[in-house]
Amino acid sequence: MILVDRMALHSDSFRLENISLTVPTGQYGMLMGRTGCGKTTILESIIGLRRIRSGRILLCGRDVTRLNPAARGVGYVPQDGALFAGMSVRDHLAFALVIRSVSRRQISRRVDELAELLGISGLLDRTPTGLSGGERQRVALGRALSFRPQVLCLDEPLSALDAQTRGQMCDLLKSVTRQSGVTTLHVTHNPEEAGILGDCHLRMTDGTVHVMSEYDQPVLRDQEG
Amino acid sequence: MTESGTDRSAAGRPDGSPARERLLPRDSEEFSGDFSGQPRSATRLTVVNLAFFWSFGIIGGFYVLLILGMLLADGAYMTAQTLPAADGGERSWFGILSEGPIGRALADRRIRYSIRLSMISCTLSAVLSVLVAVPLGYLLARHRFPGRRLVDAILDIPIVLPPLVIGLSLLILFQYPPFSRLAPLIVYQVPAVVLAQFAVACAFAVRTMKSTFDQIDPRCEQVAISLGCSRVQAFGHVVLPEARRGVLTALTLAWARSLGEFGPLLIFAGATRMKTEVLSTTVFLEMNVGNIDMAVAVSLIMVAAAIVVLMLTRLWGAPVS
Repeated sequence: MILVDRMALHSDSFRLENISLTVPTGQYGMLMGRTGCGKTTILESIIGLRRIRSGRILLCGRDVTRLNPAARGVGYVPQDGALFAGMSVRDHLAFALVIRSVSRRQISRRVDELAELLGISGLLDRTPTGLSGGERQRVALGRALSFRPQVLCLDEPLSALDAQTRGQMCDLLKSVTRQSGVTTLHVTHNPEEAGILGDCHLRMTDGTVHVMSEYDQPVLRDQEG
Repeated sequence: MTESGTDRSAAGRPDGSPARERLLPRDSEEFSGDFSGQPRSATRLTVVNLAFFWSFGIIGGFYVLLILGMLLADGAYMTAQTLPAADGGERSWFGILSEGPIGRALADRRIRYSIRLSMISCTLSAVLSVLVAVPLGYLLARHRFPGRRLVDAILDIPIVLPPLVIGLSLLILFQYPPFSRLAPLIVYQVPAVVLAQFAVACAFAVRTMKSTFDQIDPRCEQVAISLGCSRVQAFGHVVLPEARRGVLTALTLAWARSLGEFGPLLIFAGATRMKTEVLSTTVFLEMNVGNIDMAVAVSLIMVAAAIVVLMLTRLWGAPVS
């Protein structure tokens, strides 16, 4: 479960007060809102990249509010993938496991398993240069899931993709997250994505997060779609 | 005409203030927004654009020609000095070269010493500069700490300060403890050469490294941390490999600055032959005794060394693909 409890956060450009949200265990949470409203900031504070002023963040029942991001065990897929230059796709998938000193045999088994799951077995020896947008995001997703995190954070992972690739990635995200049972928080401003992927829908307006019922969905789609 | 245009626009705006009116073109009748009736002349645009590129090209070209001209003049002078030696009879090219100024310079024990000391001291100070510039550049680019702007400003001092003043300041610094205890080992000794070169070159290396780290997206580092890396691991595995080209640029720049260092060396290390004499000092000493062809020969040796180092780092720094 992802639980943010009355979080307050101040940065140079804006401040967020009294933010609370919940994504139940194993569900796919969709956080929507206009560009610049602070969605990414909330995501970054869950990952631990931003220090919060007050409030609590709980991941799977554990209070991680003051915990180092490296110890939180959150998979993170940023907007453009942020792949590591000069590293092969195989190195990307193995990265978190090498850091954790996992045995070489287990790493190689996990890399093959992930590559097959994400359909990137043919790309294992390529470097990020020359990969297409969809391929990059698959690698970034594989890298984030490699160490079997319990929580996955996605920051507009599909926004830079063309319509067809986006559809394929949506299907992939859905099946992969279902299969791994990971609790996911996905930030987007695209209501279509939210409709396809989300189990629970959260919307940021005027600095607060509202939970939306199933009933709200079509209305929202009409407004923005 | 003018009046009607102004009137209409003023009437169209309830708040038609005088300041607003002045912004409107005086002699145009229509403000409806349809400007398709006034196409820009294509010929005129072509001429203006050509003039733009030609004028920029000519201004820039002057400087490029100046650089090439200086090097060519050195080369021409050296050839003129070398060839008369060959008049005596039929000798091999090697013989001609070895009797010319460059050959005589290379045969001189003291100049050979100065070449060796230059290469060693420049390499040492360049490596030291990069070792300091990488952490300093990283902290300045990535972290907001108290006094950051002050540190940033202090780092500009060696760049803007006259080099002579840096040499003098180093000399004065070593009058005071704890530095004064080390003074006999450093001042007017070989380590002073490296220290004087480092004092200036490092500032350039720090600038290069800071702009390198500024350009690297912090996102990759953040991902690495979310994957379980400590700061050191994220830096070593992700940031440093991406900064590789910047490190090589900083190394080259620091090396070249060190090779050209002269003022601080003269004051802080002295110009003792076979001891603290580097190539730039050699040029100065040879010029002082009126030995212009020797000075030019040593200058050309420096040019050659600089070109070799530049090419080596370019080859090394070529993108892997």
